[in-house]
Amino acid sequence: MGREQKVMHGHIHPSNNEQMMLMLPFLLLIDLYIFAGVFSNRHHHSWPLHRYFFWCFGVLSAAGAVVGPIANRAHMDFTAHMTGHLLLGMLAPLLIAISAPVTLILRTISVKWSRRLTRVLKSCFFRVASDPVVASLLNVGGLWLLYTTGLYMAMHKSLVLHVLVHLHVFLAGYLFTVSMIYMDPTPHQRSFLYRAVVLVLALGGHGILSKYLYAHPPAGVPSGQAEIGSMIMYYGGDAIDIALITIFCFQWYKAARPRISSTYPQVN
Amino acid sequence: MASENLDSNHNSITYFNRNIWSGMLFGLGFVAFVDETVFHQLLHWHHFYDKTTRSMGLISDGLFHAFSWFATIGGLFMIADLRRRNTFVFKRWWGGSMLAGGAFQFYDGIIQHKIMRIHQIRYVDHVFIYDWVWNIIAVIMIIAGGLLINRTSKEFRKRWEGNRR
Repeated sequence: MGREQKVMHGHIHPSNNEQMMLMLPFLLLIDLYIFAGVFSNRHHHSWPLHRYFFWCFGVLSAAGAVVGPIANRAHMDFTAHMTGHLLLGMLAPLLIAISAPVTLILRTISVKWSRRLTRVLKSCFFRVASDPVVASLLNVGGLWLLYTTGLYMAMHKSLVLHVLVHLHVFLAGYLFTVSMIYMDPTPHQRSFLYRAVVLVLALGGHGILSKYLYAHPPAGVPSGQAEIGSMIMYYGGDAIDIALITIFCFQWYKAARPRISSTYPQVN
Repeated sequence: MASENLDSNHNSITYFNRNIWSGMLFGLGFVAFVDETVFHQLLHWHHFYDKTTRSMGLISDGLFHAFSWFATIGGLFMIADLRRRNTFVFKRWWGGSMLAGGAFQFYDGIIQHKIMRIHQIRYVDHVFIYDWVWNIIAVIMIIAGGLLINRTSKEFRKRWEGNRR
């Protein structure tokens, strides 16, 4: 067993009780969403059933990266780590974005509070953060930083760092997703062309990093694990990207629908 | 049927040419997709990464892969848009597909395989035979696509002039 392995084994495995405790916030989030949906149904149209499913699967896939078998193996197995990150940074954000949580919050809370929330969302901070370029840099740039510096190794030694990295992976993934597809009210909308160009560049950056990791594993990762992990990142990313791109194109298709023009009479 | 409608449409030329763009996006994406599924996944001729790859090759491969992924889906949505406007001309679209598909295959065969050395077509002794077949198919696709586009342009011009007389 190599020196790297021993270092990784230094991490304390959570016991069963701790596992349950870790699972609690996720279950709470699911409950909150369902409660908000049912509660707001009294004053609004019935909240669509499919959105409950998207939210539940989204929260559960995020939980899968933090609690349970994948999370437990992630400390010593890069393949498991990568599977977890795929769930946390790509699948969960996509599913959660589709479940339109901001819309649900806005219709659940009182008008006064939803006005306040909208004002925050319209603020300068969110204008910058929701720019596809900024979101892509935070998302893909963060991954480059994690895997090509000593951060990956340091993450396994410090609990605080571990939590921060995972939080960043999810939040940056969510920010990236909602900067590309608009399921919730989006005050600062960008053109389809701009978003498409940035999306392709970001996906390219993701693909380049995953192939780079194939030959240059992060410090402490055996090459066999890095090779499988890199392919999971590459092909798993592709699979989720299909859904993201399809939603993006569908939104373009809806927005670009032909309208009967008043300036030019239709000759048919 | 679709081309009759073209003449009466105000933006006919824009949408007529958009058939090429849609075809090009789809053709490029489709060739890249076939490359990935057939040669990487099914035959295992191509390698995911071979150690001769240069960093430029890695970047080019990553960007092309992302673009082709987007282009396949985007190209299909553009067909849907052309069809709902009654401006879809299959022959012109197919010409665009062949042209861009061939161009990508040629780029893949010459620049990515030979100059950037991302990977070879197959890891055998006489790889040059594979290279020639690969690139000749690419050139045939480019020529066929160009001819098809040219022919639909002529047809369109004839119809356009006939209408004005």
